[in-house]
Amino acid sequence: MSSVLRRLRKRSIIPGFGLTLGFTLFYLCLIVLIPLSATFLEASKIGWHEFWRAGASPRAIASYELSFGASLIGATLNFVLGTLVAWVLVRYDFPFKRLLDSLVDLPFALPTAVAGIALTTLYAPHGWFGAPLTAAGIHVAFTRLGIIVALTFIGLPFVVRTVQPVLEDLDRELEEAAASLGAGRLQTFSRVIFPAILPAVLTGFALAFARGVGEYGSVIFIAGNMPMRTEIAPLLIVTKLEEYDYSGATAIAVVMLVVSFVMLLGINALQSWNSERENMSVEQPVALAAGVPV
Amino acid sequence: MVGTLHLRSAPAVGESRLIRGTLIAIAVVFLSVFLLAPLAVVFAVALGQGVAAFFSTFSNPDTLSAIWLTLVAAAVAVPANLIFGIAAAWAIGKFQFVGKGILIALIDLPFSVSPVVAGLTYVLLFGAQGLLGPWLVAHNVHIIFAVPGIILATVFVTVPFVARELLPTMAAQGSEEEEAALTLGAGGWQTFLRVTLPNVKWALLYGVILCNARAMGEFGAVAVVSGHVAGLTNTMPLQIEILYNDYQFVPAFAVASLLALLALATLVVKSVIEWRIARRGARVT
Repeated sequence: MSSVLRRLRKRSIIPGFGLTLGFTLFYLCLIVLIPLSATFLEASKIGWHEFWRAGASPRAIASYELSFGASLIGATLNFVLGTLVAWVLVRYDFPFKRLLDSLVDLPFALPTAVAGIALTTLYAPHGWFGAPLTAAGIHVAFTRLGIIVALTFIGLPFVVRTVQPVLEDLDRELEEAAASLGAGRLQTFSRVIFPAILPAVLTGFALAFARGVGEYGSVIFIAGNMPMRTEIAPLLIVTKLEEYDYSGATAIAVVMLVVSFVMLLGINALQSWNSERENMSVEQPVALAAGVPV
Repeated sequence: MVGTLHLRSAPAVGESRLIRGTLIAIAVVFLSVFLLAPLAVVFAVALGQGVAAFFSTFSNPDTLSAIWLTLVAAAVAVPANLIFGIAAAWAIGKFQFVGKGILIALIDLPFSVSPVVAGLTYVLLFGAQGLLGPWLVAHNVHIIFAVPGIILATVFVTVPFVARELLPTMAAQGSEEEEAALTLGAGGWQTFLRVTLPNVKWALLYGVILCNARAMGEFGAVAVVSGHVAGLTNTMPLQIEILYNDYQFVPAFAVASLLALLALATLVVKSVIEWRIARRGARVT
């Protein structure tokens, strides 16, 4: 064993390699890998026909479409408004700026169930926002619009926190050069600034999207949860479980697991592009991938 | 000289007052609607019928047992993932070995798995219909719909937090200081406690508070394995769901306000840590 370990690493006088790596692998297997393998093992027992019946039923397809569609819209809103917020927080000074800056991480810190009941109360027909919106004929709570609101909330910190450090490090001399060469401010933004922050914006967008697809707690209160209309994929898994339809739940879970693995790969690719382009340290995008505010 | 410097920074690379004001207004409105309003409504409803109604929530035995279970789950999940995080960051940050990238991706995995799917994996492993179900039933061990399942699900969703915060810091510190300590005759454990730990203490604390916030607030994964046995397997977020679906809005929001306070405390500690790191960085340069 020790000879294998020695071949795997360069010599170092620092102790504890075998102990810490061994414990890390043991813990990951116990907590993460064995349970996840159990899911794939259960799925393989179901058989193709049954898997297809449950995983691709019209109700399941409708729930995937809703989870992906609403996450896409929420992430797109954050793409635009998150970039704007990052810009304003980095470039301008205004009252309560530091307070708002700290609050950006609220969706990371606030439990999703709390966010869910708070948003539902705000947008319910008699809520602070719901009352005027309902009077204007716009129904948010218990509709697809409500799901988009919840997913926008959940994804809010991702774009802001990936773009902020890149904007801070951006060389102002490039903008000055563009301006002195006669570029207007809008032209400077679209030709000089935006290309520089684009990898970061896309990374934040992808992270917000991935988070939204699997989100459960903040959505189920505001969603209405009508099959085929306002039922997200994670809720369908819970419903199947409550009906003791384990193979149905497993099939949908496997579809979602495969999708999240693919998204994880895509996000890793985006992040290495981001860190190459910005030539920044890898720690920030990496920590953000973890859903951790930096 | 000052004059030339002033002139040099003169080229107009700012926006007009109008655009600047409009952008600030949009950002402030967006953040107020999506962040301040949800936070405010939690406390408004919790205290909406007076302080007495707020406090009477906490005489409900089911609510108290939910608070207790949340504390128990966090008391197991946070230390477990703290030890894991330190071990993982030490192995990955201080050594070069084959397969490092894969290991880092594996540590990240719980963040990209939907919490509901995470809960389901434990049901499929330990549930009565699950792989180990028959054996567990025969030996009268209850994991799913019982406290161990809740703790396991909480551990799963919080695996990456401490490791993820420590890893970049430990890697950035390098190994020179540890090597010096070891050369001077310090033991491995002594080197870790006296040299490594002081260097990474802020990142460690940061990881712990984020891990704790998530452990106490986890909903989806815990909801799947809990079975919602009142007074036995409900955590605070699950109790909020039950109270809310039962139209007991004041109690639901009263419990929610405790978790919102926890979130605010987490943000305050985070800001303080960032401020300290920034100040230390400023002193070094």
